[in-house]
Amino acid sequence: MHFYFFNRVTISASFLKKYMRVLMFGWEFPPHNSGGLGTACFGLTRALAGRKIEVLFVLPKKVGVSASFMNILFADERRVKFHEIETTLRPYVTSDSYVRERDKMISDIYGDTLMQEVRRYALRARDIAKKEHFDVIHAHDWLSFLAGIEAKKISGKPLILHMHATEFDRTGGQGVNQDVYNIERESMQYADGIIAVSDFTKGKIVEHYGIPASKIQVVHNGIDECDYVNVPAKLSELKKAGQKIVLFVGRITIQKGPEYFIRAAKRVLEVNPNVLFIVAGSGDMERQMMLEAASLGISDHVIFAGFLRGDDLTAVYNIADLFVMPSVSEPFGITPLESIIAGAPVLISKQSGVAEVLVHALKTDFWDTEDMANKILGVISHRSLWQTLWGNSREEVKKVTWDAASKKCIDYYEKIICQCGATQETRYI
Amino acid sequence: MASICFYFQVHQPFRVKDYRVFDIGNDSEYFNDDSDRSINNKKILNKVAGKCYLPANAVMLELLNKHPEFKISFSFSGVFLDQLQEFSPETLESFQRLVATGRAEVLEETYYHSLSFLYSPEEFRRQVKMHQEKIQELFGVTPTVFRNTELIYNNALAHEVEKMGYKGIIAEGADHVLGWKSPNFLYRPQGTENIKLLLKNYRLSDDIAFRFSSKDWADFPLTAPKFANWASQVNGNGHVINLFMDYETFGEHQWEDTGIFNFLRHLPEEIYKHPDNDFVTPSEAIERYEPVSELDVHNYMSWADVERDLSAWLSNPMQHDAIQSVYKLEEEVLATNDERLISDWRRLQTSDHFYYMCTKWFNDGDVHKYFNPYSTPYEAFIAYMNALQDLRLRVVAHPLHAKKIKVRELL
Repeated sequence: MHFYFFNRVTISASFLKKYMRVLMFGWEFPPHNSGGLGTACFGLTRALAGRKIEVLFVLPKKVGVSASFMNILFADERRVKFHEIETTLRPYVTSDSYVRERDKMISDIYGDTLMQEVRRYALRARDIAKKEHFDVIHAHDWLSFLAGIEAKKISGKPLILHMHATEFDRTGGQGVNQDVYNIERESMQYADGIIAVSDFTKGKIVEHYGIPASKIQVVHNGIDECDYVNVPAKLSELKKAGQKIVLFVGRITIQKGPEYFIRAAKRVLEVNPNVLFIVAGSGDMERQMMLEAASLGISDHVIFAGFLRGDDLTAVYNIADLFVMPSVSEPFGITPLESIIAGAPVLISKQSGVAEVLVHALKTDFWDTEDMANKILGVISHRSLWQTLWGNSREEVKKVTWDAASKKCIDYYEKIICQCGATQETRYI
Repeated sequence: MASICFYFQVHQPFRVKDYRVFDIGNDSEYFNDDSDRSINNKKILNKVAGKCYLPANAVMLELLNKHPEFKISFSFSGVFLDQLQEFSPETLESFQRLVATGRAEVLEETYYHSLSFLYSPEEFRRQVKMHQEKIQELFGVTPTVFRNTELIYNNALAHEVEKMGYKGIIAEGADHVLGWKSPNFLYRPQGTENIKLLLKNYRLSDDIAFRFSSKDWADFPLTAPKFANWASQVNGNGHVINLFMDYETFGEHQWEDTGIFNFLRHLPEEIYKHPDNDFVTPSEAIERYEPVSELDVHNYMSWADVERDLSAWLSNPMQHDAIQSVYKLEEEVLATNDERLISDWRRLQTSDHFYYMCTKWFNDGDVHKYFNPYSTPYEAFIAYMNALQDLRLRVVAHPLHAKKIKVRELL
């Protein structure tokens, strides 16, 4: 049935030269992103545009995603239009500061509560939904879910929620906020379909939110190679000193497991002192991690490089012998893919979604710092391991594209639109 | 006349445990995993003994008793026999009972199921000699036909084995070597005079070993009459049908519920229904048939994977690094004269270790993954190299090693 329907649509689309239109709600977009969500929205929308899907992307706040910026990115495919709404809503930066800020706002100390902002966003969404024509609504993460729901109520169009993280990932399971949880759960119950970034995340949605597995489609994130090639390695000087370099990239928060990285570093240095550990990222555990490194007596082997982006980030990936992602709970995790493309093989925690698409990676339990150290030492001691691991993973990453993800998304749109009873007459196209 | 020649490979490696870098210098037991993982050698051996060796041996004994002309042959690796002695003496006894019938021939191979011929001909000869002694000790027979690890073969190997006095050698009947020639005849290895070559009929062998329970196969289900009929078709254009396979086919690769034991139980009587058919052992085939022509095999071939080459063990940088590292230690290890140390070093030569490091088919996750007890080839490599590093430290710390260095310095 689905196959037949999909074929029909493809044919009519090509005859009528009209394309599926998606109303999409997000909250951050490069270059004003603090983490993986903005990168993911960017990659997905660009790939959808490449597949002739028109995307109307709505952002909750006024940021400098200027027309000229968009012109540069989509010079030939201007299918992504931007709507920016002015609010004080801010994307979270670290899980602890997220919890803090969230609680501050929720507790109404500053008058303007986060929930009010979410609702204001939702009200604006109604205006947009009234004005615009589209076939399906696609909302990314909980801050935009109420907006998605309002848009559905106004338009009657099917709503798909995209879970890039759950409240359980953001908080490391500690201090889950009931209001946020309720928004996530009720929205998912109300929505017509749910996209999860991994089987790992799908499992959490089923387990913690009681959503039937049949309502959830897994679409793994992708990565676009052209974003990462041909960037000079500014830090290669370090390497000339003959030191091995092991890299951590990510927010320094509970979720990312930086303390396990530091503890593994200690064990590695006991065996091989000629190793430098770089922590690229910032976050509320940064000071604590510095103190931890000091108390373990390895401060001179651990560099806290701060938050890096763009060329600087590519450069550290490029000089690293191994990238380590010891996340406690990682719904997907795009950084290992970036690392492989830039030149470093990866050691990733089994508690991550990216482990599902990456066969050629070393894998460990985030808490098993002995195993982590053992594997780090394996890679830096044996060039042959480095060569085999990186060579194979480099080939493997070529298959993990946003285009493949967008194709899966479009198929899912079709399925949900069909299930919701849309006909040729009622569709936008 | 079409003679069926059965040869079953029986081998289990000593798998390296999850040996970590922190164990180096502290733990010289590399093979004693006692967890629930499939690197627990004792657990694996007992499991396979229960599912395959004991029930399959029972069927074989029943067939040997029932059919006075029924014959089979085995090649046991030395490390397999070591494990039987250590973990399952009753299984060893059941094999001994089969050999005692005089109609189960035992073949020669390297004791450690190693790739030593590729790296050290001296070590290769030593391991063959050790194997010969082990077979004599446990079964009271001396093999006259040789099969190399994983049927790895080329002209040079045939020359070496001929020099060692064997009258026959076994190899894969690979298409890229045979071309239009048939595996159902004996051949003369190029440049030899006294040794004959038996080639595996991989189509008929794999019908049993790999396709038996495959429901996607057009000829599923395979029955004994059907198979005997295919074998009889060779009558008139072949002498011998070499059915070579892992013994674990019976009960382990093909589980009992696939009907594999019943198939085996009825195969001889179906084969005998055609009066021209019989069963031979490899040495009988060599006695009875003359080679039809010379066979030139310059490059190595094997029975592994579709490539039938060395790539299962030697295709990525890790595999080359690991095997070169182990053979680099040869002189120093042997100089210690330390039995335990030398035995550990040899156990690390078993081909399976390098097979586990293969990334060739890792993407598709098929056969290699099925036979890999490690989560990834990378973990196999890390554990192996850590164990080897500990072995290296033991060698260096050995009193005889120190003495040798001192003597060298004095000279």
